[in-house]
Amino acid sequence: MDSLTLIGMVSVVTAGLTISIGCIGPALAEGRAVAQALMAIAQQPDEAATLTRTLFVGLAMIESTAIYCFVVSMILIFANPFWDHVAATGG
Amino acid sequence: MTLGPDSEVIWRWGDAALTATLVDTWLVMGLLTLGAWWLTRRLSEGPSLSRWQHLLEVLVTGIDDQIRQVSHQEPGRYRPFVGTLFLFIAVSNLLEVVPGFTSPMGSLSTTTALAICVFVAVPLYGIAREGPVAYLRHYLTPSWLMLPFNVIGELSRTVALAVRLYGNIMSGTLIVAILLSLTPYVFPVLMQLLGLLTGMIQAYIFAVLAMVYIASAASAQRASRRGRRPTDGGNDHG
Repeated sequence: MDSLTLIGMVSVVTAGLTISIGCIGPALAEGRAVAQALMAIAQQPDEAATLTRTLFVGLAMIESTAIYCFVVSMILIFANPFWDHVAATGG
Repeated sequence: MTLGPDSEVIWRWGDAALTATLVDTWLVMGLLTLGAWWLTRRLSEGPSLSRWQHLLEVLVTGIDDQIRQVSHQEPGRYRPFVGTLFLFIAVSNLLEVVPGFTSPMGSLSTTTALAICVFVAVPLYGIAREGPVAYLRHYLTPSWLMLPFNVIGELSRTVALAVRLYGNIMSGTLIVAILLSLTPYVFPVLMQLLGLLTGMIQAYIFAVLAMVYIASAASAQRASRRGRRPTDGGNDHG
């Protein structure tokens, strides 16, 4: 197996692992955040505007961890620096 | 497949390349500047306002309200910076529905530039309001042991701002591109609608986070105000 095949194989497998593991945590966290926010809105409907704004900002912060994993996996698949290096040097 | 508009070269002259990011950024900037210039030529105070003036007033009062709610301060000094960030990102993301236009926010260089603007604005606003010594003392709270963590936090949240905006917009474009090759016609349109929603929310979040970072540099002032915050009545704005 030459190094290009190996790099491609490892990159694809790692990209899949990255996005799958990296999505579990934020998914659970976002579900919990939304559940708590809904409960808070149900208890205090007057504060719905503040709660919604805080919820959106919080969701964006939580979601950014998933986005980091997504960016890493996209780099591994479409813009892999190791692949480019090996392909350029012909090794 | 490309990761953003950076690799779309429209015109090349020697080493200098005119990328789609650059063209689209200037398009948005021109649209905003010319639009604002043209609309503010004929403002009126009378009872009958033009519909464009209504649009501007709704935008400005909306931004003011949000700044006031987030920072519990008067929005006057923050409006130009935060409002411009919001409008620029929102218009770029909205124009994504125009065929041939790719949002400049799908390029990491644009979002990094915006995040660096926030990174520079935080100490500028902090020093302008409290003076350099009081501002620098924030880095030593709660104790001087936290100094490296405060500095790292300042850097990492800048990176997070840039990558969050880039990742959200780029993922929307990429998903539409992948779906176009799998299930054309209907499903990509739905994803594009979702992308519009994400774009607006991300513009809002970027502006709110910038405001939060700027306002948190004034935590000493806010702490003294915290006592009378309940009497201010925060929910009559919303």
